[in-house]
Amino acid sequence: MITHISFWALAVVAVLAGAAVFYVNSMARASYALAVSFIAVGVQVLLLQQNYVGVVTILMMVMEMAVMAVYMVMFMGMNPALMPMSMVHDKRHALAAAVGSFVLLAAGAVLIPWPARRGRPPAGVTVALGEELMGPKMLVMGVVGAVMAATIVAGVVLAAHRTRYDRFGDDLRRRPAKDPQPGGVGR
Amino acid sequence: MPDTVTTVPAGWALGAAAILGLLAAFAAVLDGVFTARAAGAGPSGLTRPLGEMARLMRQRRRTTVAADTLLWRIGSSGLLFMALMIVTVVPLGEWTLFDLDVGVMWFNAMDVLAWAFVWLTGWGANSVHSLVGGYRFLAHGLAYELPLMFALVAPAVAASSLNVGTVAAAQVDLWFVVWMPVAFLVYCTGVVAIAVWGPFTPALGSDIAGGVTAELSGVDRLVFQGGRYALLVAGAAFAVPMFLGGGAGPLLPGWAWVLVKTVALLAVFVWLRRRLPAFRPDLFMEVGWLVLLPAVLVQDLLVAVVVVWRT
Repeated sequence: MITHISFWALAVVAVLAGAAVFYVNSMARASYALAVSFIAVGVQVLLLQQNYVGVVTILMMVMEMAVMAVYMVMFMGMNPALMPMSMVHDKRHALAAAVGSFVLLAAGAVLIPWPARRGRPPAGVTVALGEELMGPKMLVMGVVGAVMAATIVAGVVLAAHRTRYDRFGDDLRRRPAKDPQPGGVGR
Repeated sequence: MPDTVTTVPAGWALGAAAILGLLAAFAAVLDGVFTARAAGAGPSGLTRPLGEMARLMRQRRRTTVAADTLLWRIGSSGLLFMALMIVTVVPLGEWTLFDLDVGVMWFNAMDVLAWAFVWLTGWGANSVHSLVGGYRFLAHGLAYELPLMFALVAPAVAASSLNVGTVAAAQVDLWFVVWMPVAFLVYCTGVVAIAVWGPFTPALGSDIAGGVTAELSGVDRLVFQGGRYALLVAGAAFAVPMFLGGGAGPLLPGWAWVLVKTVALLAVFVWLRRRLPAFRPDLFMEVGWLVLLPAVLVQDLLVAVVVVWRT
């Protein structure tokens, strides 16, 4: 009973905090309203007894929102992020699209004939969920993860305008390297 | 050391909070004594935290123009909240408040909240110096957080469990601190960092008028500073089941050993404050990524190899 009430209360918090993202007028408040929304969802997942997934959701989302707040405040143009500003643009279309997709997804979740539980949940629910989602493609997904990480590194290397010749000189022998930002290890 | 951990009724949370408060007060007194000793002749410093508390309790709140009061209050009270949440999963001997099967992840989820709370405290005042302090903390965070996460991996891998009680029980033969010292040191660095303590105080630096705390006054300041001590306590307490064998020890019962070990590690944390230089955020970034992270990854690899070889 208490679980049901908490679940629905958290659902309301998640939706309201999500809506607050567009209502507030500061970057910091928008980011952390979104964080609150994600935390509420994370606690809901905890209530579903997917403890690992729930705690990881809270962990990742708080960290992501902290990083997002930093970058938004740092890179939003001529520092308007330090001043009150609107969080929306193209209001009418955005509102229609948002309400439409919410109603569609919520209606799908509410109206679908969910199957009744057969059997009992397994001991390792996280493992079972992973098997169910990934199945025999686990190896592929593992490899894709490594490939994605390598792609990010390669992308940063290609995008950086300074090369090793800028850092170490034309004969690559200059030590310490010439960096715009002095480093912390042995320099 | 019993293998099973008993979950106590929720009312004992008040007891856990009281122990946390007492240990935080002990840390503050200890710091006061060290400060007085460093200053040379003068009062012993034993009553220093008491005086500071009385002063802050009756100090009037400072207000700033266009402060984001909601976020500011959330940020300044958040550190205390984090500490309280962390101690819920720390077993005191055989008793625990919350026997979560993923307790190690729980600690991790709570420690990243420092990113939010410290930065929000810096942001809320609408003051340049405190915002600069908030960014200094985040720069430290980018350097300490990943090594801290991988440091938590080592005991969990060795115990094949994310449950804090099971990790403690896995150390009956040998404490993890003995054969994973790098992970322990990196973990301690992380704890000192989330408490914005010792080498990680540039975020509160006097060169930026107190940084994050520049505009904090009265009760808000008291709760923020108290939260830092509470985080040191919570970090020391969590290290006990993770690295220091939990309640294992001769003669005394388990709960007493947990307290003794917590107090010992806490005293070291407090003492370190005057022994280590401040880590400049820009320089520490490279230390974190080029020294701490590879070191702790090698530690994880060694632990994983030992575990596989054993089975």
